[in-house]
Amino acid sequence: MATTRRKLETGGGGGGQRGQAEQPSSQERRAGGGQTRRAARGARPGERQDGDGRQSGLAKVNGEQLARGLGWFSIGLGLAEVLAPRGIARIAGARRGNTALVRLLGLREIAHGIAIFSQGRRPAAAVWSRVVGDAIDLACLAAVFASPDAHKGRAAFATANVLGVAALDVLCAQQLSRGSDADGESGGAVNVNETLVVNRPPEELYQFWHDFENLPRFMNHLESVRVTGEGRSHWVATGPAGTRVEWDAEVTDDRPNELIAWRSLEGADVENRGSVRFERATGGRGTLVRVEIEYSPPGGVVGAAVAKLFGEEPTQQVRDDLRRFKQVAETGEVVLSDATLAGTGWMEQRPAHPPE
Amino acid sequence: MKATCWYGKKDVRVETVPDPKILNRRDAIIKITSTAICGSDLHLYNHFIPTMEKGDVLGHEFMGEVVETGPDVKNLKVGDRVVTAFPISCGNCFFCQQQLFSLCENSNPNAWLAQKMMGHSPCGIFGYSHMMGGFAGGQAEYARVPFADVGTLKVPEGMADEQVLFLSDIFPTGYMGAEMCDIKEGDTVAVWGCGPVGLFAMASAYLLGAERVIGIDRFPERLRLAREGAKAETINYQEESVYDQLMEMTGGRGPDACIDAVGLEGHAPGLVYAYDRAKQAMMQQTDRPYALREAIMCCRNGGTVSVVGVYSGLIDKFPMGSVMNRSLTIRTGQCHVQRYMRPLLERIQNGEIDPSFVISHQMRLDDAPHGYDIFNNKEDNCIKIVLKP
Repeated sequence: MATTRRKLETGGGGGGQRGQAEQPSSQERRAGGGQTRRAARGARPGERQDGDGRQSGLAKVNGEQLARGLGWFSIGLGLAEVLAPRGIARIAGARRGNTALVRLLGLREIAHGIAIFSQGRRPAAAVWSRVVGDAIDLACLAAVFASPDAHKGRAAFATANVLGVAALDVLCAQQLSRGSDADGESGGAVNVNETLVVNRPPEELYQFWHDFENLPRFMNHLESVRVTGEGRSHWVATGPAGTRVEWDAEVTDDRPNELIAWRSLEGADVENRGSVRFERATGGRGTLVRVEIEYSPPGGVVGAAVAKLFGEEPTQQVRDDLRRFKQVAETGEVVLSDATLAGTGWMEQRPAHPPE
Repeated sequence: MKATCWYGKKDVRVETVPDPKILNRRDAIIKITSTAICGSDLHLYNHFIPTMEKGDVLGHEFMGEVVETGPDVKNLKVGDRVVTAFPISCGNCFFCQQQLFSLCENSNPNAWLAQKMMGHSPCGIFGYSHMMGGFAGGQAEYARVPFADVGTLKVPEGMADEQVLFLSDIFPTGYMGAEMCDIKEGDTVAVWGCGPVGLFAMASAYLLGAERVIGIDRFPERLRLAREGAKAETINYQEESVYDQLMEMTGGRGPDACIDAVGLEGHAPGLVYAYDRAKQAMMQQTDRPYALREAIMCCRNGGTVSVVGVYSGLIDKFPMGSVMNRSLTIRTGQCHVQRYMRPLLERIQNGEIDPSFVISHQMRLDDAPHGYDIFNNKEDNCIKIVLKP
């Protein structure tokens, strides 16, 4: 380990350093807004293929985006039905609206929305539940048509809208049900994918990362990692609100100078797995370090949401961990400033004057 | 120790804060002998730069004596007299290795914040908001200098502070502004802004071979210093049309290069200024690019517009048509100070320039709030203030 550290502390260049723009950064992989997803990676030249047969990028992004749109639509419509039931009833053509019923429908809509957002990236079941809800809505509209003093024109218009949305729901649910994750996805799993270029050769970075006891040097949420045996290690980390979580992990894949993958074992406080790949950067200008981390946050989706509120957004954490890794690799240590001594999160900033 | 701390718009206070400590292995602690207020500090003072926090120590132009070094600083020892560069640069990353020191990839712990605002993060800077790292600045009695082996320049015996202090920022910045113009012998260069950076840009333009250098401003004292100190011709934009004057002086062609040494707090007479201020107030633009627009319109076809004035956010009504249709080159950047410190020190030692000509006031560190005030309002013929802790 000492040898590894010394290697990284010497200055000087890794790959070549002239001129042009570098590889697309991890930012370009984000499909616009919200959580980081594993971006649509078709086979680009020299690109490593994952073996789980994901469907083509564009269709997949549409399904997930559509689901989110339907989720927001549900919440919006649900709120309207709960807060303005008489208005909604009138729009649907009923002259004497049953406000209690409309409110119930509203609560159901909101539940659809919450279900969609709680189910992680591919909320197929939640969207199918919307289809059931659409059927219920259509049944209510049929009742409106049947009543003698209803405004038939409005009812027809409302029915047309519900049918239209129902069609979207079915399409979306079908798309999400296809090509799901190879080993399934539990609700609320967090998956983060980040890439950063480091101005050192792949061998050096692989060696450093291979000794997991080095990881707490740049992963701020890790307290310690202890190597306990052949490919086994014990990890201690801090969770949101200062909680302490521990687990044992094993190395599942190890290709020298290319890839290290690990996962937590039975009994982990937080189930997780991760991998890091080292690739020559374009033009030989250093190494592309691709990190993928997946974990099920304690407290499920609500826990993850609360953690986000407290400035521990997982994507940002991994990005900053990678940045710190780059600093350690290129300069020998994590670079500290007065404002960031307690951490680099938004809530952790201190005034920019020397510490006590 | 005493330090100048930011507390809000037009509110700086000299307070007692803890002394800095060594935090990283390549740090050094400097006991500051001279420090200055920069025009870009005024953007903090007027709260145009976001991500400031009450209590942040300001200042990025400072020099002094090394009193402590971290274990990995090999080229400095206690007692050395040094000037510090305002960009913090590691020396080992892709950009530092190309001498693009203000683009260092490792020196901004808050890179995530700058990335959100600008797409990517530049280097960390002393005393210049959390977005640029949240480092305590040097308008104080002591400062911690990260990567001191890269960011400092040793001062030769026998030179006064006033001769070398400006190697920290404004002289290299003005010089880089002129260098980016790709000046050929005989060129005409127009410089917007006769503040200290503009003055150094003018002086540097001559050093680089320009035949005619024109300074543009409205304050008589600054125009006078541009004529007498930088040997430039001048235009007072409140008295005459800059565009008309430049066309007349260049026979209708326009200057070969234009330098914007004004930046985001541009001022102009008349309606355009009112428009820009209104837009700023409505948060539809963050900066006032009056000088930049004019520099673009005045520049000759195929010429270069070199921007060293500081901008922080978004601007409105940018004359892109003029740029594209006339083959203009726009070059810009925070100065890569470390690249210029040694060559410019040599020029000072050779007697080619005495940077102290821009100094108009000297004060004690305690008087910094007053200094900010007169510097901001251009009162008392204020051009450059040096503070002594």
